[in-house]
Amino acid sequence: MKFKDIIGGISRSESVKDVYISLFSILLALIIGAFLIFLIGSSPLQAFTVMFDGAFGSVSNIANTLTKTIPLIFTGLAVAVAFRCGLFNIGAEGQLYLGAFFSVLTALKFSFLPAFILLPVAILGGIISGMIWGGIPGFLKAQFGTHEVVVTVMMNYIGINITSYLVNYPFKAEGWVAQTDIIPTAAILPKLIPKTQLSAGLIVAVIAALAVYFLLWKTDIGYEIRAVGENPTTAESGGINIKKNISLAMAISGGLAALAGVTQSLGVYERFIDGFSPGYGFTGIAVAVLGRNHPLGVILTALLFGALETGALKMDRVTEISNDLVIVIQGLVILFVAAPEIIRSILKRRESQ
Amino acid sequence: MEIFNVLNFDLIPLTLRLAVPIALAAIGGTLSERSGIINIGLEGMMLTGAFGAVYGSFLTGSPWFGVIFACLAGLIIGSIHAVLTIKYKANQVVTGVGINILAMGFTTTMIKVIWGKEGMSGEVNNLSDVSIPILKEIPLIDWLFTDQSPLTYFMLIVVILSWYILFKTNIGLNLRAIGDHPRAARISGINVTKYRYTCVMLSGLLAGLGGAFLSLVQNSLFVQNMTAGRGYMALAANIFGGWNPLGSFVASLIFSFAQAIRFNMIGYNIPDQFIQSLPYILTLAVLVGAGRKTRAPEALGEIDE
Amino acid sequence: MPLAIEMKKITKKFPGVMANDKVNFNVEKGEIHSLLGENGAGKTTLMNVLFGLYKPEDGEIFLEGEKVNIKSPKQALEKGLGMVHQHFMLVNRMTVLENIILGMSNELALNKKEHKRSINELAEKYDFAINIDEKIENLSVGMKQRVEILKTLYRGAEIIIFDEPTAVLTPGEVEELYNILNMLREQGKTVIFITHKLNETMEIADRITVLRNGKKVSTEKKENTNTNKLAQLMVGREVDFEVDIKEKDPGNEILKIKNLELLSDRSETIDLSVHQGEIVGVAGVEGNGQLELEEMIMGLKKVETGHISLSNKEITNTSTKERKKMRIAYIPSDRHNRAVFKNFTIKENILLGYHYKSPFCKNHIIQEEKLREHSEKIISDYNVKTPNSGQLLKNLSGGNQQKVVLGREVSQKPEFVLAAQPTRGLDIGAIEYIHNLLLDLREDNKGILLISADLNEVIKLSDRIAVLYEGKIMAFKDKKNFTRNEIGMLMAGEMVENEV
Repeated sequence: MKFKDIIGGISRSESVKDVYISLFSILLALIIGAFLIFLIGSSPLQAFTVMFDGAFGSVSNIANTLTKTIPLIFTGLAVAVAFRCGLFNIGAEGQLYLGAFFSVLTALKFSFLPAFILLPVAILGGIISGMIWGGIPGFLKAQFGTHEVVVTVMMNYIGINITSYLVNYPFKAEGWVAQTDIIPTAAILPKLIPKTQLSAGLIVAVIAALAVYFLLWKTDIGYEIRAVGENPTTAESGGINIKKNISLAMAISGGLAALAGVTQSLGVYERFIDGFSPGYGFTGIAVAVLGRNHPLGVILTALLFGALETGALKMDRVTEISNDLVIVIQGLVILFVAAPEIIRSILKRRESQ
Repeated sequence: MEIFNVLNFDLIPLTLRLAVPIALAAIGGTLSERSGIINIGLEGMMLTGAFGAVYGSFLTGSPWFGVIFACLAGLIIGSIHAVLTIKYKANQVVTGVGINILAMGFTTTMIKVIWGKEGMSGEVNNLSDVSIPILKEIPLIDWLFTDQSPLTYFMLIVVILSWYILFKTNIGLNLRAIGDHPRAARISGINVTKYRYTCVMLSGLLAGLGGAFLSLVQNSLFVQNMTAGRGYMALAANIFGGWNPLGSFVASLIFSFAQAIRFNMIGYNIPDQFIQSLPYILTLAVLVGAGRKTRAPEALGEIDE
Repeated sequence: MPLAIEMKKITKKFPGVMANDKVNFNVEKGEIHSLLGENGAGKTTLMNVLFGLYKPEDGEIFLEGEKVNIKSPKQALEKGLGMVHQHFMLVNRMTVLENIILGMSNELALNKKEHKRSINELAEKYDFAINIDEKIENLSVGMKQRVEILKTLYRGAEIIIFDEPTAVLTPGEVEELYNILNMLREQGKTVIFITHKLNETMEIADRITVLRNGKKVSTEKKENTNTNKLAQLMVGREVDFEVDIKEKDPGNEILKIKNLELLSDRSETIDLSVHQGEIVGVAGVEGNGQLELEEMIMGLKKVETGHISLSNKEITNTSTKERKKMRIAYIPSDRHNRAVFKNFTIKENILLGYHYKSPFCKNHIIQEEKLREHSEKIISDYNVKTPNSGQLLKNLSGGNQQKVVLGREVSQKPEFVLAAQPTRGLDIGAIEYIHNLLLDLREDNKGILLISADLNEVIKLSDRIAVLYEGKIMAFKDKKNFTRNEIGMLMAGEMVENEV
């Protein structure tokens, strides 16, 4: 497959420009991050070396990085699919909580099923709950024109509270911690590397990315989704049902976001834990934006962010710098990517000199 | 009757108190969005303000300097949003999300740098309440003048003043025109860009003050992510209130009332999670139902004139 | 006496286009000066430069002999320039009064009372019957235009620029506008009138400046010129106004519209029919139900009362997709919002409407090779200027974009063609191409409904003509039974005596 084909419907020169802007955004954010480290009084070089070592220094470090990457691929894909339909899904966080909880609940309730069926069924349970939770804002937008940004923001809090209630009251395991019982072994995603947390969730994530690519650029269903995103009224006059596609895209988006929670719960925690997500849903926005709403971009960006976060944990232990600095870098990356004009003006200035 | 135990007179002052941060940020949101710039970043602006307030109080020992720091912090982060969205025409929603993440990361990082602690700052001098002589003796409204934060009064002034400016002055006329039809405003000789910068920066300042109320009035320290969604609640209040400062204020009161009754509900077997969800459910209901009658600024989010 | 305006060697570039190329433009005080040219000739750009909306790369501007440097609309207003825009610059939710005083004062107080008195005085002087406390959204198009005029006058404008002011008016409203323009001239104001319509120019202007491809071609006095000369200057060659259309017997009825209510709350309905092998033209000023007719036929707007059938099959409540399956080719009036995806490739644009069908799609999978072949064929058949079908549509000119749309719709062997404003905004070459294409389709025995605001186009192409006014068909008969004048009267809602 040629590079142009991988990038889908976008022409080559445009996509190359986009990639440059993404790379420059990362570079700028890292430079500012380095400057902050310098201001704090540490050595940026040491910090970044430690970070790199923490992320890629050993097999188990790489496994940790990949583990962090998995949920970000899913939330990144979720935001990207919605975005391709012209929708902003800020609700991935709520959707992944629903997905996580209901996959665990399915695993617990259907534990009598044979081993090879239980895992797929549990995953499916999570996906469906996420599709419903994501589909609701889509439906409200389609039927009443309610803005999906506001609805998904509201539904994040409602979703997180619902799962919190469920895990604190009806489904709480014995003990002080707000968590469910451990799921049956058959429902646990197998480990890819023994003695690490890296599970087969990674394979699910890569398959999901391929599926999203295929759906969006190789099928009529994806064509309709993209058409509505590019110009809904033109799509309509071509016989495409806008409402159906808005609901569909949001449901798919919700299902993908749910998988972030599903793979965490079935692959890492082996149960549902109240408030387990450090904001994968919100980081997913950064992943999608930086990855240009393209599955390949999403995978690469998720990997970058996964590495940053894993490396930062080591940096936190070894140096004076808080691992939260990585969140600063992520925030900066989003801001730069949101404003490609900044990068363009910098590049132009360099050209004219 | 149990209901009277839940709904008692103490709820009114508590509701007002809890409404202060939301209302300040919500009016910030109203100003920004009336100028045509979507502001999802209110949460991050509040958080930055809350942090700035504690840092100012920590540095100087004076909570009033803390308030000034909060304003400055809000202004700075507000101007980041302004420059990106106005000068560089960045996607306003994405920028807002970026600001929230940046604020979260930055404040948490700085806790460790300044106080060497994880998750929360040290204690600082907080902003004490005041009572107003004579007025506090008047029955029925005495509570309004007894043990209230100066920021509460400031919020009330902001509500009235911003409403007056928006609907009764030339400045407000210009601003409303900018939100609905920026090109018409520009052609009528209005400096649209100047208005936008001012409004977005003011929205940062007001959200920052809202944050200061959380960290210096309701608390006396900064805690990681202490806004806990109040910025989003403010965004909802702004929409709920129809992009009108008075409406934003009333919506904030409704939301804070839902928070206030939480304290009285302890022991009534109603899970906290439901009450916490109430403001969001209310907003959703309004958006789906009556909300379609309230009109957003017609050119909201369209920076290209 | 110094000239009211003198623009010297104005040059304004946009990426890839020379919008104004060393344009010299002079306007005398107290005249009505028409700025004539085709779409894209650079008229509006030149005026936006004058008004401080664009900064020119080169050139000088003098007002009353004095060199000025206008950087913003605010400065233009202060220097006595006013502009009445084609797309009204009025805030819908605000009142007439609020719109007029918008941005005028640096004071805090609104002083509505004072303004109200003086605006009413001014409105009386010009005979504008206008309720200044009414919200803009409740006003008719003609009224909104008066608000814009009043707004410039209230700011003390001495020079008023009108940008295509008649495009949205009925012939009656146009007459009223001419009266206003004459009144403005009597009051000593200078008027610049931007238009591409020759008859308007000849009717109202004292002098005429013609622009073509961003360059000034000539400035003429009205007495020394005529429509044909101006047309030649504007287009750069002789224009053939008449075309021979072969007589042809129409076949079976293909589209039938019965008791269809176009505009709600008017209780007016229309009947309309199109046969195979004929072009039915719908004439009328825009905003009289054309858009509703177009969208109801395509299923994009819900039909409240009435029936639409295609090839004897009722389609009133079927989806757009179902209708397209019945072989309707649809050329929407709003190309940007109804016909094209700018950021999609040409291929992807050609796929629209056929994306789920064989041969382009099998088992939900898009057949890339089939699509590419088909797209390349359209590009060569319809003369689309582009290297290949993988280019983004936004890189094509308006005319080429429209050719892609036509190719997409017509290549699917339609039985019925709905062409709404098919040539709007295109250059003369593309217009001729599209006209010939529609005539070929007629020859090929297709039924064609042509909705157009361009009366010349309707008269040139149609076998039968329906005149639409306020949601009602004023008359519907063979072209040869109409006179041009009659159509004009009907477009304005005037019943013609000998007709009924």
